Amino acid sequence: MKPILERTLSGAGMWSGIISRGKRLRLTDLEGGANVGMLLYNALERHERYNMPDTLKGQHIFYLRAPYCLHSDMGRLLASIVRDDCGWHDTVCGHSDAARVLAKYGEHNYQEARNEWYRNGRDCFLIELAKWGLGKKDLVPNLNWFSKVVADEAGKLSFVSGNSKAGDIVELRFEVDTLVVLNTCQHPFDPDPVYHPHPVKLEVLQGDNPATDDPSFAIRPENVRAWENNETYHSLRF
Amino acid sequence: MTESTMNPADATHRHVIPAGDWWVHEIKRGQTFRIHDLEGNQAADTLFYNAADPTDRYSADGTIQAQQALYLSTGTKLMSTEGNVLLEITADTCGRHDTLGGACSRESNTMRYAHDKECMHACRDSFIRGAQEWKVELTKRDIACNINFFMNVPVSPEGGLTFADGISAPGRYVEMVAAMDVVCLISNCPQLNNPCNGWNPTPVEVLIWD
Ligand SMILES: [Zn+2]
Repeated sequence: MKPILERTLSGAGMWSGIISRGKRLRLTDLEGGANVGMLLYNALERHERYNMPDTLKGQHIFYLRAPYCLHSDMGRLLASIVRDDCGWHDTVCGHSDAARVLAKYGEHNYQEARNEWYRNGRDCFLIELAKWGLGKKDLVPNLNWFSKVVADEAGKLSFVSGNSKAGDIVELRFEVDTLVVLNTCQHPFDPDPVYHPHPVKLEVLQGDNPATDDPSFAIRPENVRAWENNETYHSLRF
Repeated sequence: MTESTMNPADATHRHVIPAGDWWVHEIKRGQTFRIHDLEGNQAADTLFYNAADPTDRYSADGTIQAQQALYLSTGTKLMSTEGNVLLEITADTCGRHDTLGGACSRESNTMRYAHDKECMHACRDSFIRGAQEWKVELTKRDIACNINFFMNVPVSPEGGLTFADGISAPGRYVEMVAAMDVVCLISNCPQLNNPCNGWNPTPVEVLIWD
């Protein structure tokens, strides 16, 4: 089936858009080693947003993979992970900012480098958020697709290189109309000493609303109850 | 474990927050702030804001990123969304504190426990009322991922996440020094569905020294 939208983000690219319930967003890591920083909001109620704590504690996991779900801060699901070739995605380490990128990679401004300049996750998020009437107050812990970070017994974190290979795909199905804000800046813990954000292909695909026995809901009773909250929300609203 | 040298009798502000209540208060740069777990295994859900600019607020991911570690204890700098140090933990007789688990809300209780738990009191309600009563009214957008002082949420190397029994006990405390003027908003968790507190939320005490 032909995608509704197909786009390749190269360098530290960014994108935002509203994707309606049932449609799918497929992200493809074209070279391996990509990172996609992502924030999600209910498109109609933008104070409802992706919630890292509820996503983790609702599913008793520290990381994301198929068939787990992405929970909002209102007891509902924003999206489900329906395909995943990596098996581990970070959501606790946040994003880079200008000071971190400068300290790690040095100065590389637009005047000298043109479109090879060094951008950072925070600036990209704030630029795209502003276009939807959102801003600094809406910055919360984000998703980092394709990136793996593990914790030892003492809670010390380490980045695992090589988690994502060229061609690896992660695909989300949206469970409400969702504002998606993303960028392809490097993960803040990426040990690569070179500033090297990897290209990612975005595709938005037509899809159907899931059945109640969908694997993303069946994996946890919490997800079933969150899905029931979605159903109530939709039946009241539409 | 790091003991404090501060004497509670010398504190300039002292207040007991009953279970299920909230407390909002300014802590000035250089002041020492202690949260005291009076009866043990209570969760003090805590948010901090830069008093001069509340859009600059406690950042769970920023704090995790700055120390490249999940748990908070002595030496942890509590970071803001603008990359500022809000406070630094200087004493801790509990050992570790959580910043992954966030707060309970009536909505998330329906997801985590059961739909009929919606009527039960939850931290976000307390945060909202505290935020509305501060000098600069804050809204739901200003309520982001908080610290859970005295909560134990261990992560396994395989990526499991559990709400383990508390490692706190009666009389344990955590103490921090403010690196700038901050506003502290605490919801003393009313959660009755979580075995970590023995289904028995209890009071905490807050103390401030000049
Ligand atoms: Zn609570």
